[in-house]
Amino acid sequence: MSSASTGTEYAVPDDRPGGPNDRRGAAKWRDARVVEVAHPGDDAVVLRLAVPERVQHHPGQHYVVRLRAPDGYTAQRSYSVASAPGDDLVELFVERIEDGEVSGYLAEVVEPGDELEVRGPIGRWFVWSGGVPAIAIGGGSGVAPLVGMLRHAVDLGHPEDLRLAVSATTRARLPYADELEAAGARIALTREPGGGRLDASAIAGLVDPDLTVYLCGSARFTGAMETLLVDAGQPAKSIRVERFGPTG
Amino acid sequence: MATTRGFFGRRRESERDPRLPPGQYDVGAGWPVLTAEATPRVDADRWSITVDGLVDTPTTWTLRELRLLPPSVYAGDIHCVTTWSKLDTNFTGISFDTLLDAVGVRPEATFVVETSTTGYTTNLPLDDVRGGKAWIVWEHEGKPLTREHGGPVRMLVPHLYFWKSAKWIERITLLDHDEPGFWEVNGYHERGDPWREQRFDGD
Repeated sequence: MSSASTGTEYAVPDDRPGGPNDRRGAAKWRDARVVEVAHPGDDAVVLRLAVPERVQHHPGQHYVVRLRAPDGYTAQRSYSVASAPGDDLVELFVERIEDGEVSGYLAEVVEPGDELEVRGPIGRWFVWSGGVPAIAIGGGSGVAPLVGMLRHAVDLGHPEDLRLAVSATTRARLPYADELEAAGARIALTREPGGGRLDASAIAGLVDPDLTVYLCGSARFTGAMETLLVDAGQPAKSIRVERFGPTG
Repeated sequence: MATTRGFFGRRRESERDPRLPPGQYDVGAGWPVLTAEATPRVDADRWSITVDGLVDTPTTWTLRELRLLPPSVYAGDIHCVTTWSKLDTNFTGISFDTLLDAVGVRPEATFVVETSTTGYTTNLPLDDVRGGKAWIVWEHEGKPLTREHGGPVRMLVPHLYFWKSAKWIERITLLDHDEPGFWEVNGYHERGDPWREQRFDGD
């Protein structure tokens, strides 16, 4: 599931209106083909999609997946892109929500060869396109967009640009644990023996008032991290937040 | 569009609550928190709101002053662009019409921009915030509005997706032109009508 290497010459796509990746096209629904399905644990599924007429994303953006029943009923949810823009496929990390109508279907039913209606990439705020150092903090499934950023930084030849800190209850519940570990991310596992947590001293070691912080996770996690960041001297206005609500 | 193989949906169309706009689901008793910025701590005793721009008398009110105005309750549904809806809930505050009447709307005013303490902005046609369609609220279901939901005071424009209801509101400016706000320049729809599924740019 590693992203395709495109070498250090890889640049962020030109998305000016009328250009090859004009993002006005991102709102269009497309039938994506499921190429790979992985189940990294009981509560997650990773989908790798071939998206026709794909509009290049910036790391941090998301896609919407829409399911359609025979009687026309639809259900749609947003999922962060975990792949780098240079990857041939779009990788979505889906946390399976208890009783989740969409995540349950994606986790149990979808197989390679299926088609899924998608639209994206969406969002122009929680985005990092490399070239400037940044701080990225994720909790649980909130690490997914940060992994997209990390993979892009690796493609650019500057993985050190991203100061990563991630937290989960156990290693098994930390998505992309091996990749994050290999990248030197600070990892806190709150329910593992000796696992620790992202506390004031951990956050104090990360902050830099000149950098933008990308913070992603549950409302509770992001709320706690915001407080620690601001207390450690990170300006509130430098913190960009993506909160995951209970959307199944 | 083709159907999705093996998907039948948990909620059948016949059972679907008619209060739910297309593509939305009922979040029940929950109320998800979605914010793009760090949640600010706003002191209710020092908070104020200003209505300015194309008005006869730009005016600033403290919360104490707003509480002296005729109260107004919104009881109904709210809809978030991320597809949850919260049905049959209620908020207490004042009708935004009360403030518009106080400042005097100039005839050339056609749009408003809401601004939060954080710098968050969102834009709306003036007609979407007058005539009983918008509130300034400080209570939710009888309790003070919490920080994460925009307390002490937020805007409420319940007929549009909820990003149009700015949290931690502190200024509403009337304009004679449209000025896209935070999400509107970041890929979301200009107006955000949930019944037309105006979610993103181009919908």
